[in-house]
Amino acid sequence: MSGAFRIPRAGRLSQAKTARFSFDGQSYTGIEGDTLASALLANGVHLVGRSFKYHRPRGFLSAGAEEPNALVQIVRDGARKTPNVRATVQELYDGLAANSQNRWPSLSFDVGAVNDLASPMFSAGFYYKTFMWPKAAWKSFYEPKIREAAGLGVSPDKPDPDHYSSRYAHCDVLVLGGGAAGLAAALAAAETGVRVILADEQAEFGGSLRFETGARIDGQDGFAWAQAAIARLSAMDNVRVLPRTTAFGYYAQNFVGLVERVSDHLKAPGHDLPRERLWQVRAKRVVLASGAIERHMVFANNDRPGIMLAGAARTFLNQYGVAVGRNIGVYTANDSAYAAAIDLKKAGVNIAAIVDLRDNPTGPVIDEARALGIEINFGRAVIRAGGKLRVSSMTVQPKNGGGERTISVDAILMSAGWTPSVHLFSQSRGKVAFNDETKRFVPGTYAQDCVSVGACNGTDGLSATVDEAYAAGAKAAKDAGAKTAKGAKPKVDASESWSRGMLGAAPGAGPDTTVKAFVDFQNDVTAKDIRQAVHEGMRSIEHVKRFTTNGMATDQGKTSNMHGLAIAAETLGKPIPEVGLTTFRAPYTPVTFGAIVSHARGPLFDPTRKTATHPWAEAQGAVFEDVGQWKRAWYFPKAGEDMHAAVDRECVAVRTTAGLFDASTLGKIEVVGPDAAKFMELLYTNPWEKLEPGRCRYGIMLREDGFIYDDGVVGRLAPDRFHVTTTTGGAPRVMNHMEDYLQTEFPHLNVWLTSITEQWAVIAVQGPKSRDIIAPLVEGIDMSDEALPHMSVREGKICGVPTRLFRMSFTGERGFEVNVPADYGQAVWEALWAEGQKHGATAYGTESMHVLRAEKGYIIVGQDTDGTVTPNDAGLDWAVGKKKTDFVGIRGMARPDLVAKGRKQLVGLKTKDPKVVLEEGAQIVEDPKQAIPMKMIGHVTSSYWSQNCGRSIALALVAGGRDRMGDTLYVPMPNGVIEVEVTGMVFFDETGGRLNG
Amino acid sequence: MLLIRCPYCEEERPELEFRNAGEAHIARSTDIAGESDDDFEKFFFIRSNPKGIIYERWRHMHGCARFFNAVRDTVTDKFVMTYKAGEPKPAKLPGVAK
Repeated sequence: MSGAFRIPRAGRLSQAKTARFSFDGQSYTGIEGDTLASALLANGVHLVGRSFKYHRPRGFLSAGAEEPNALVQIVRDGARKTPNVRATVQELYDGLAANSQNRWPSLSFDVGAVNDLASPMFSAGFYYKTFMWPKAAWKSFYEPKIREAAGLGVSPDKPDPDHYSSRYAHCDVLVLGGGAAGLAAALAAAETGVRVILADEQAEFGGSLRFETGARIDGQDGFAWAQAAIARLSAMDNVRVLPRTTAFGYYAQNFVGLVERVSDHLKAPGHDLPRERLWQVRAKRVVLASGAIERHMVFANNDRPGIMLAGAARTFLNQYGVAVGRNIGVYTANDSAYAAAIDLKKAGVNIAAIVDLRDNPTGPVIDEARALGIEINFGRAVIRAGGKLRVSSMTVQPKNGGGERTISVDAILMSAGWTPSVHLFSQSRGKVAFNDETKRFVPGTYAQDCVSVGACNGTDGLSATVDEAYAAGAKAAKDAGAKTAKGAKPKVDASESWSRGMLGAAPGAGPDTTVKAFVDFQNDVTAKDIRQAVHEGMRSIEHVKRFTTNGMATDQGKTSNMHGLAIAAETLGKPIPEVGLTTFRAPYTPVTFGAIVSHARGPLFDPTRKTATHPWAEAQGAVFEDVGQWKRAWYFPKAGEDMHAAVDRECVAVRTTAGLFDASTLGKIEVVGPDAAKFMELLYTNPWEKLEPGRCRYGIMLREDGFIYDDGVVGRLAPDRFHVTTTTGGAPRVMNHMEDYLQTEFPHLNVWLTSITEQWAVIAVQGPKSRDIIAPLVEGIDMSDEALPHMSVREGKICGVPTRLFRMSFTGERGFEVNVPADYGQAVWEALWAEGQKHGATAYGTESMHVLRAEKGYIIVGQDTDGTVTPNDAGLDWAVGKKKTDFVGIRGMARPDLVAKGRKQLVGLKTKDPKVVLEEGAQIVEDPKQAIPMKMIGHVTSSYWSQNCGRSIALALVAGGRDRMGDTLYVPMPNGVIEVEVTGMVFFDETGGRLNG
Repeated sequence: MLLIRCPYCEEERPELEFRNAGEAHIARSTDIAGESDDDFEKFFFIRSNPKGIIYERWRHMHGCARFFNAVRDTVTDKFVMTYKAGEPKPAKLPGVAK
């Protein structure tokens, strides 16, 4: 026997298949097919958690996804400690280990429960009122303390070792919910032959047929019919059946997100199984069959362990064979709780009394309960529950006042009625409508191609549900393109009657009492809190919600929203629809980050781009830096060298012998066609028509607003062919910018644009010995200064492979950039390296590249410019074609503010103490003695130690900078003020003689 | 995720393949250098930002890479229609009451 509360011959589980599990270290036995909740209840365990704010003892409220209380931590191993798992959803497996949360030192004795006594301090809005002063204390003191005391489970502290998968799917009809309605709709659609996906959050299909013993369809018991239906559907090629799959989000154009729990219910999940699978489904039609969720009664101490929804108790009995008590009280405002009492009574459990708030209800279930000898009290309320760690009694009083009577019980089943689950409908942007007669929000105006059927549509009764769902399934299939329909509508032979219930607080909850009658269990919101919110001036339900946090817990108010709304409406004296319903948002139930992220984590989060010479640089011990998606060699330290020493050595070597640098990441675009030069004229500030083939030019690209967008050296290979280079980070956006103008503004130009960044590896060889290194390997190119002057380009061969050989320099030294097809990049690099060794050349990385270019005052777009810098600001006026009548940015550049005096201009800075290196980003002031906040006139954009200059160097944007040459300015820093002199931007070889040196 | 019909590929493709490129039918002057400050301001800075029907440019970035025009309702997010770059504003929109 797996637990003292297991009823022989009740339920659908095979009692032979036991499973051992533990809760808070205590061992128990359950049955395969149990949830953790049913297995604990079978062992008489009701106390499973402490509440969020008051640390009140809590048990199970529900038997499903709406559970607000029974959140536990499931521990598989050191890394797999899943917090906040609803015990009512977690399926049992042999060896399962669970722990309770939010209690210390133990579940039955929790120090935090002092909050319950101090609760007058913690009423609605207390966070907003109490923790305001001093302001700084919120971050350092209040917030961490509150988070520690109030809370959910503990996050795992190790990386998630599981893997997750993700699939896209398309279907004609997506049916969400696998109860009677969903099954009928899926059958109707599937029989037409269209592609159907049917998903249900439970392990077993059937929905409320799992507990409704009174249902008979097609001559079978309702649950048996559901199993037969799902077997039929599963066997059909056009149907995909997804159990344990929650539709959590309904997005635009029938795009629905579902998460399938693949292996959380398995004892030892195979390594080939993902933990969860995310389904992103695009459906032509969606059928919503999400059912309804039972509401609790709002009365004093309605949160004591042992008090639960009537439908939940019925599920525990009829599905799992578990009685939730031995002497049970029932408190209801509708019929469905009677069915639970009847089922339990028939299973041999004593029903102490049914307390019905209604005055004189009639109906078959009431007659049946009476015939079974159950005591029924009409027109009465349970005004409070007794007991602490477990309910021990219920106190009953006529609802309009009068004598009290206390009845001993060990469980209370409650039902205030059923709330249609309009979550997904509402997420689809559909508008709900309030039915005043049934006091329910039901789907009103649809925004997407979907339809609601059954209980989520406010349809009562199994027969009406199946009729509606079958017709809707058939219509959805037809609308999605189905030609023929065959098959027969399921016939409902018997069903249970449903009736409406009540909304809001029952008599035991006030209005003027100070008792705790919970509306939202998970966030510890009571009826009094909601009234108080209204009294303090909240009028909109959205404000009441945020002030009280009602419905804002991880259960998203599945059981609490309607009660909260009704209490607010009553207090405001307004009808419910005028107060309005809060908005439902995705996700319907919490979704793991793992499912959303799937494989896109670690190295797969973002592509890593490596250049052709990456393996060589790695073997040399290069340190890499991330530049966008690229890995670039940062510096090449020799034994014992730190970055500083390595960079100093590399920089000196380039200016004394030569250096090799991998420049492959530069963006490269080929601009080709009869109108290529015209196009270049329009996209760059410079003139291009007269540039001779074989020559290069430094080009500046602006946006239409006149600010620098990109720069790079452009070689004209032929009259109709330009080889354009861009910054490393700018390559994609420059390509987009060019395509945009070519396609939409200048479509008359006959030009083709091709990205060639990845096609060419680029090896920069820079320094006085650069030509000596390259020349022996080159064929077909005259390397003399006369034939190949600075800023020219030739096509030929190097090491036997094609090359576009640029004579250009980003260091100020004689320099070349050898472009070769990327596949030959490493081989050519190695050949050049071998030649270089004869001359004492070094490899250098991006850091030295930055220092060397700064020594020459060459700017880096995006570092020395920030999107508000004009060519004039950057000292690049010479690169703007003065005779041109059009180019992108020509008008923007002439805007009044862009030609005004006092703009920030790029200048050089030399610290008075040459050893001091400024911090990039540091602010510059004129007068360091002025009061704080000081007037900042600029900032440092680039700053390095230059071994070649024997001092620090910096570039800066300074207001009116070029008029301040020789002036002293100040850089205030935490350790004191640094004095600087404004200089030109060129720190090394001002005449530029070394370009031919 | 929206479905967008590319007028060049002539089929609906998921939003992930596309990139918005701002408002459509804002022509760059052929004599832009001679434009007044006011005209340039209108051309470059001022956008309509309507509640309802907007004409905008999209690029089928991860498809044919073409820029095209689309009519979208900013309230419902629904695309009314798409058409090729350079084509005039449609005189009549399908399914939109005016």
